[in-house]
Amino acid sequence: MSNPVQGKGSDVLDSQEQVRFETLVLPHLDAAFNLARWLLRSRADAEDAAQEALLRAYRFFYGFHGGDARAWLLQIVRNTCYTWLDKNRKVKDMTEFNEEMHGLPSPSPESLAIASNDRDRLSEALKSLPPRYREVIVLRELEGCSYKEIASITSIPIGTVMSTLSRARRQLQLALSNVAPKEATHGV
Amino acid sequence: MGCERADTLVHGYFDNELDALRAAEFESHLEQCPECVAALDALESLRSTINVAQPYEKMSPAFRKKILADLHVKAAMGSFPARAKTDWRWLAVAAALLLLIYGGWRVASLNRMDSRETLMASKIVDAHLRSLQPGHLEDVISTDQHTVKPWFDGKVDFAPPVRDFTEQGFPLQGGRLDVVDNRTVAALVYGRRKHVVNVFIWPTSEKDATPRSGSIQGYQWIDWRKQGMEFYAVSDASTPDLQQLQGLFSN
Repeated sequence: MSNPVQGKGSDVLDSQEQVRFETLVLPHLDAAFNLARWLLRSRADAEDAAQEALLRAYRFFYGFHGGDARAWLLQIVRNTCYTWLDKNRKVKDMTEFNEEMHGLPSPSPESLAIASNDRDRLSEALKSLPPRYREVIVLRELEGCSYKEIASITSIPIGTVMSTLSRARRQLQLALSNVAPKEATHGV
Repeated sequence: MGCERADTLVHGYFDNELDALRAAEFESHLEQCPECVAALDALESLRSTINVAQPYEKMSPAFRKKILADLHVKAAMGSFPARAKTDWRWLAVAAALLLLIYGGWRVASLNRMDSRETLMASKIVDAHLRSLQPGHLEDVISTDQHTVKPWFDGKVDFAPPVRDFTEQGFPLQGGRLDVVDNRTVAALVYGRRKHVVNVFIWPTSEKDATPRSGSIQGYQWIDWRKQGMEFYAVSDASTPDLQQLQGLFSN
């Protein structure tokens, strides 16, 4: 399952495959969107990426021979998003990938000000993580994926999923304490 | 100083990813390592912070409709316009064509039982989609069946069987009135992980029927009749999930 969408693919599925596609893949549309939404940090970009990924999935569905359809689709979504991030990083923000190499991210003062409720707070903290940490958090905590599924979606070796999650969670905990100074002082 | 396992194994333990032997080993380690206990507590508090914030982002019903429509056009036309550059002329032609085919098919098969079923199912899926528009899901928001059930008194001329299945993984979220096929029906709203399940209920004079299920545009539905009630459950959750819910109602 290293590359689910290799080769040319087909433009249209026969009716039997169409039904199979609808039953196996379409129930995971929200999962696809959610992952794209958190990887790209923008609803509009996520819609485009989710649509592009779904079309790729459709085109390469003949290559899917059963197994975990959600993991298969999410792998395509992830690849699509990374291509997207790669293309846009020079224009958009150089910091995106540098964060991984340089210290800890901290949310901007503006985002601190607007992080008024639980949802915004978590959102700001999560967005401040590098994509490779963000994705394991999303897959594990939001999508409930097993380590094995995370490994197949992200191409992280199964043996290092645990340590990646460990680092991602530590960063998220730190980012949350930066976003929520109120809780830090009032907390126990 | 600094327990190595507080950084690694504690995660595998927390995520239920250790095999029985390693989990047991870790548990006995926990008894003598306050650092790992603290790390485990921190993980639990992190998870509850995430759960409280409900960060799961769903696509809007409008966007879902759009990409499903694009897929259907692709299936119908045998080719697909490039992403985000939908060729509206072709889309219009395709839509007109589909409408024509659908219209013809509908007229031709209106009297056939199975197509009546399909038609009904598509009305139910429409009602489900309508309910997902902001503010449309529940008229009465309660996880308590004893609040939801009396709410229907005087609003419908039958008593829908309102039951909470939280323990079985289908928490009751509320209820509302809906109109399906020109009749007022009771709609119960259940959660299934991140999915919403609508169960539409109305009285019927037909005899009990075993469940039938199907799928339209990525939404699954299941239909059954029991003790003078017609049930239609619909959701983007999987068919086995709906079958499980059907089983719960029938117990």
